[in-house]
Amino acid sequence: MNGTILRRALAAGILAAALGVSWPGVSNAALSGKLEIFSWWTAGGEADALKTLFDAYHKEYPAVQIVNATVAGGAGTNAKAVLKTRMLGGDPPDSFQVHAGHELIDTWVRTGFMAPLTSLFKSQGWVKVMPRGLLAILSYRGDIWSVPVNIHRANILWYNRKIFADAHLVPPATFDAFFKDADALKAKGVVPLVLGDKEGWEAGHAFETVLIGTLGADGYRGLWTGKTAWAGPKVTAALETFKKMLAYANTDHAALTWDGAGEYLTGGLGAMMIMGDWANGWFTSKNFADYGWEPAPGNADVYDALSDSFGLPKRARDKANVVAWLRVLGSREGQEAFNLLKGSICARTDCVPKLFSPYQQWTMKHWKTDAIVPSVIHGAAASEGWATEYKDAIALFVTSRDTAATQKSLQKACVNAGVCQ
Amino acid sequence: MVLPSVAALAVFVYGFAGWTGYVSLTRWNDVLPDYTWAGLRAYADLFESFRFRIDLLNTARFTVVFLAGCVGIGFALAVLLDRGLKGESFFRTIFLAPLAISFIVTGVVWRWLLNPGSAQLGSVGINLLLDRAHLGVLKTGWYTDPRIGILAVAVAAIWQMSGYTMALYLAGLRSIPDELREAARVDGAGEWQMYRRVLIPILQPVTLSAVIILGHISLKIFDLVVAMTGSGPGFSSDVPAYFMFDTTFRGNHFAQGAAIAEILLVLVALLTVPYLVASTRTEVER
Repeated sequence: MNGTILRRALAAGILAAALGVSWPGVSNAALSGKLEIFSWWTAGGEADALKTLFDAYHKEYPAVQIVNATVAGGAGTNAKAVLKTRMLGGDPPDSFQVHAGHELIDTWVRTGFMAPLTSLFKSQGWVKVMPRGLLAILSYRGDIWSVPVNIHRANILWYNRKIFADAHLVPPATFDAFFKDADALKAKGVVPLVLGDKEGWEAGHAFETVLIGTLGADGYRGLWTGKTAWAGPKVTAALETFKKMLAYANTDHAALTWDGAGEYLTGGLGAMMIMGDWANGWFTSKNFADYGWEPAPGNADVYDALSDSFGLPKRARDKANVVAWLRVLGSREGQEAFNLLKGSICARTDCVPKLFSPYQQWTMKHWKTDAIVPSVIHGAAASEGWATEYKDAIALFVTSRDTAATQKSLQKACVNAGVCQ
Repeated sequence: MVLPSVAALAVFVYGFAGWTGYVSLTRWNDVLPDYTWAGLRAYADLFESFRFRIDLLNTARFTVVFLAGCVGIGFALAVLLDRGLKGESFFRTIFLAPLAISFIVTGVVWRWLLNPGSAQLGSVGINLLLDRAHLGVLKTGWYTDPRIGILAVAVAAIWQMSGYTMALYLAGLRSIPDELREAARVDGAGEWQMYRRVLIPILQPVTLSAVIILGHISLKIFDLVVAMTGSGPGFSSDVPAYFMFDTTFRGNHFAQGAAIAEILLVLVALLTVPYLVASTRTEVER
């Protein structure tokens, strides 16, 4: 609890400092009217983090009325459905939350709904402080299309430190080590791999890290550009590895969400869990401190990234208000304040590490040095249609365990997306 | 006075149904409409899709179990009430009450009741009840078991709709004149024979109405599945309507979504149109 209050105070402090410095460009007094921000951040730290940004904006531009348009539920699925109706109906929100990468590019940029932000990135110096791998994910046809407000890492293996210490094991860095550890843990009556795939995406999330671990960063990237064959033997190997891993999962995985399954780990009944780093904030909220983290097996030096970002719809009612909003999002002060509460890290590489938790400091270091690859299940790597078909194929694989049929479905999804022949 | 409603119906029901049919024949698989003619490609793809095949099978299983459960339980309850059970109006209200609840609420409650719990964290809901009653052998994974899947959803749907079926049958039973029953008794029919030979045949129109009303609910079921299980393990509780939502609003495959909508429309039409034609005909005869 104290940690939260401290972090909030810290976030407020950063913004207070920021307010002394005026954002370059537009004069403050010029802005008035409304600013409608659309997101699916409705709960807990996410809602608080969004509110800090609103407060910062409001102090800077007091005449602008902020409208907080949120749609709860379904990890954004419901919000995305509402957003589509509004965009297609010609009534876009002024700026909206969207996963950076193909979810934005294929759905809204390629179809001509967005305005480019390259000049804003250049004038604010963001092209220099954001990693090249990230800018590549944000770009389409030479332009940059959205401002990333945070970065999450998907390919983390979380583990219960006490279980590993008691069993005299070290967290596995390779698949071979994983299976060796898993056998030892199973013999002790511990669930080796904690999985909750009730919502359908979680298995696809875990499999994405297996793909990276099997194919490497370049091989994995190639899957989404047509350079790596889905029908190839390495994808078969990844599916076989994943099948073997599933045999070590808790049997009630289908009934649990990822955090429900996480109770195994916090309760000392389960050893390892592959999940994004929002798990870090969840562990904290459960007052559970005895956890550790490593890259998922085979994922060392690869940063499987996803990012929430905001863009500028062409038909936004007041573009100056939106650009001012984007400027708050991209500023170092804005990113530090937001990510302290959200539990993610800055997309910028110049945030001050000592403000953040030990996990965040660790991952900030990797953000600067690792090879950055886009997450598919979280919208960065492929169009929404492709990502949905990928998700379905892996969700079925968990019960069917049919490698050949699943590989065929994955290949077909690539063909349907127009990337494979 | 009738004209405005006819016009509204023509546009908002038949117009949009036709429009959806047209969309299903195009290549619209993106956010932006693409009306390039694609013929029946969306349908061909659909029947090749593993998810849609599982969905059709699920719908068939759900419909059979749901109809049998509602009609069986509804009729049994109606007979009990009709025979002058003590506190009849009290029980009638109890049995009808679930109908007043939305499928979303039903789904959430039954999700909790049929949550299997786990070996490590202990049983909950119905499984806990079975444990306490020393019937642990009957415990299952319910909707998390791919072999059960949609049938667990059917249990919740039966709970909600069998009271309604009871009301239909009760009204039917009450409208049968006592003379008929007495005549049957005079002819020497036992209770069982009276139901089999006299009452059930007379109630046939009620059964038909119940099957039509429940049948179209079961084909269109969406909210209950969303609230209770989602797609389930290996799509074992997935239904066409849920796939339609997923593929349209998550995957942007508008043509495919439209094709699913049209298939659902045809299935519902196959069920209801003969009934509507028949009932209109009898009304005209009268």
